[in-house]
Amino acid sequence: MTLLGPSGSGKTTLLMTIAGFARPSGGSISIGDTEVVRLPPHKREIGMVFQNYALFPHMSVGDNIGYPLRLRKTAKGEIAARVEHVLELVQLEGYGSRRVDQLSGGQRQRVALARAIVFEPRILLMDEPLSALDKQLRERMQIEIRRLHDRLGMTTIAVTHDQREALTMSDRVAVLERGRLIQFDTPRQLYERPINRFVAEFIGESSFVPVTVDRGTALYGDMKLQITETPPPDGPALLLLRPEKLILSSRPLGREVNRFDGVVEDAVFQGESVLLTIILAGGHEIQARIPNRQLDCRGIPVAGSAIELGLAAEDALLVPGDAS
Amino acid sequence: MESHITHWQRWWLYGLTGLTIFFLVLPSLIVIPMSFSGTNSLAFPPPAWSFRWYESFFTSSQWLGATWVSLQVSLCTVLLATPIGVAAAYGLHLGRFVFGQAIYAVLIAALMVPVILIAIGAFFLFAQLGMVNTKPALVLCDTLLAVPFVLVTVSAGFKGYDFNQEQVARSLGASRLKAFFSVTLPQIRASVIAGAFFSFIVAFDEVVIASLLSGGDGATLTNLMFASLRNEIDPTIAAISSLMIVLTTVPPLIGHIVMLRRKRRPS
Amino acid sequence: MTMAAGLWHKDQVLLNGAALEADRRRENRQLLMLCSPGILLAFFLLCLPIGWLFWFSFIDAGGSPTFEHYSRIWNEGAYIQIFIVTFETSALVTAICVLLGYPLAYCLSQMSQKWSGIVMLGVLVPFWTSLLVRTYAWLVLLQRRGIVNTLLVDSGLVHQPLPLVNNLTGTIIGMVHIMVPFLVLPLYASMRSIDGTYLRAAANLGASPVKAFWQIYLPLSLPGLIAGLVLTFILCLGFYITPAILGGGRVQFIAQRIETSVHLFPTWGPASALGVVLLAFTLAILVLSQLLLSRWRRRLG
Repeated sequence: MTLLGPSGSGKTTLLMTIAGFARPSGGSISIGDTEVVRLPPHKREIGMVFQNYALFPHMSVGDNIGYPLRLRKTAKGEIAARVEHVLELVQLEGYGSRRVDQLSGGQRQRVALARAIVFEPRILLMDEPLSALDKQLRERMQIEIRRLHDRLGMTTIAVTHDQREALTMSDRVAVLERGRLIQFDTPRQLYERPINRFVAEFIGESSFVPVTVDRGTALYGDMKLQITETPPPDGPALLLLRPEKLILSSRPLGREVNRFDGVVEDAVFQGESVLLTIILAGGHEIQARIPNRQLDCRGIPVAGSAIELGLAAEDALLVPGDAS
Repeated sequence: MESHITHWQRWWLYGLTGLTIFFLVLPSLIVIPMSFSGTNSLAFPPPAWSFRWYESFFTSSQWLGATWVSLQVSLCTVLLATPIGVAAAYGLHLGRFVFGQAIYAVLIAALMVPVILIAIGAFFLFAQLGMVNTKPALVLCDTLLAVPFVLVTVSAGFKGYDFNQEQVARSLGASRLKAFFSVTLPQIRASVIAGAFFSFIVAFDEVVIASLLSGGDGATLTNLMFASLRNEIDPTIAAISSLMIVLTTVPPLIGHIVMLRRKRRPS
Repeated sequence: MTMAAGLWHKDQVLLNGAALEADRRRENRQLLMLCSPGILLAFFLLCLPIGWLFWFSFIDAGGSPTFEHYSRIWNEGAYIQIFIVTFETSALVTAICVLLGYPLAYCLSQMSQKWSGIVMLGVLVPFWTSLLVRTYAWLVLLQRRGIVNTLLVDSGLVHQPLPLVNNLTGTIIGMVHIMVPFLVLPLYASMRSIDGTYLRAAANLGASPVKAFWQIYLPLSLPGLIAGLVLTFILCLGFYITPAILGGGRVQFIAQRIETSVHLFPTWGPASALGVVLLAFTLAILVLSQLLLSRWRRRLG
């Protein structure tokens, strides 16, 4: 599970509160059946990976990993065995005697991870675990952490501000804004059915046009919109347009498809698709991502040319709010 | 370093600095040859050379007794001031107190208040308690003077230390105390040792309080030296001074070299 | 499944709120406990005795309240003289320390790691060396037939040995030697935090090195300089040993007078009164310097 949100949304504070380093002014936190909100951090049986890894420089890799086991007075032989096992899990076999300053960033992260799971805590917490790594390493680690998580079956809560990372690594994502939980869902649901404008904008690309809901009917200007979901209550609302959901087709569009007329402002070729910036008839600016095969007959639209786009009814998503 | 100003243009600065350093270091240096002087006089360079002042020191029960008293008091001060200072530094660094600044000021106050006042105040206090001319009284006063040094040194050490590591240790199952001893203390070792060293020197060197609170049989080394310097100068002082210079110079130099070696060690 | 904002119920906030607040306060108290040995020590050995002294300065030989100890200080010329000597000498010593110490600190802040380490040792080692040892060394150096006088006479700069010790001159030299590190250390610490880019920007804008120094560097180093200056001056005011030994009986500072008053008078009154006045001056200077510093810091923004 991932806590996702912009900086200042309180995701790290929430994580720290779960870990026991930040004390809330009230409320309850339970892990399973155990109430832990009043327990000190060292009694919560939680494993944590800090953003800067915080490996102990005065101990070797093996001693770092064995530290929680030594605290729990585990037998020496068993400590050695479990340390070896966990090093294998993170693909650092044989690194036990290395010193911390001999490791690269990615290796340190894996040692921090190993140290946090070696004593089999109930929950694993990770604070922006990949932010200090470069792009390539980050993508690789995202998959590795996912794989490790599946293998261990341990509940994991990670904090990140990178929505792509959240969507890749998690079963479910909690979106936070300014200290409040906005939506808690699977990545797919967050993308397809965001609950408000903030979530829609934070995850994936989006354009919005203002619509009005009048007696259960959604109107863009005076055009009635075809939608499959229940519309929000009467009043101003927003139509969420995901760029890749807009259709450009030479064949006539079906009856279940909403039509939008507009003028092309800009067209940028981006490899497998073209990103169009379009001014709609109502004067609103939107973006559409059209895959190459949809353009084969007519080529890339020229700036200034008229264009008609379609949006299937099930892709027309309304969220409450006004255009401000 | 301002690269647009050359070293040559700054010759006057380097010269002045050199002279100042020379001025600072020289006096201590001349004491050492003085201690090997064969005569009684204060003439320098000494007209004759001998070990007699060292002999005089090592065979005098008076001097040795006083040295022993000073050593005892200083060691006790270190044992007392270092934990108190480290604990206070930790508490101040991590706690959120309304009067945090005031507490820090109170703990540092002993540095600012003129020693003579502390001396007569302590004299009065211990006179009431019947503890004048006792070692515990001296130890307590010296601890009062030493704690600020430990506090400042260890606080500076904390600044460069990543307290996240204590948090990690606690998340892994260590109580605050355990986390401090197993993770933090080994890493701030240098500051603690420096603080302990300062405590020792402060106590060993202390003159004013000792002049009021000790004397006679319980005289400290500083008592005897001070008396000698004020009245008739016993050249044994030169020998003692040389030994003291070695005592206060060698450990820090060794520490400095050890630190340099550690930095240079390939990792 | 989607969830609206808020994960806790109103009644549970009240339920655990008080307990959590108590936990927080307990933890803070535990940290305060760590400071308590130090605080207790300072209270019993510093605050309490000084409070007593303050009290005694207003009590006469008979046990009744009086101002006579203070009026004695004010009226008897000898006391005024001692105060003047102490203050003047302290000011002079502080000034010399600044003249020697500022360039030294500046040099240190500009040097490479290696050199600054070595020079720093040159400052710290005398700092650690016993006060008595250093005073003794100066006693030897400044003698009539000591090395300084010998050099001066031999080089022809003077015709006969100068009286350099057992007087105020010797005292000043000794005090400067002891106080320079006290000025240099805080000054150096503050200089290190001055960003070199300011000077480079100044050079870029057309300022010569000298101008850049006076207009940019010096003002930026002022807080550290004031801190070191104040520390030096205050410590000088309370000096006891150096004037006692290098002054040869001809120099009396306030601290020495306090000590003799303890033995001379039947009560604590005179000594306490002198002590209170000295302390008052020390505190006044400290407070003034803090005000000055905070005002300066506000100006720097």
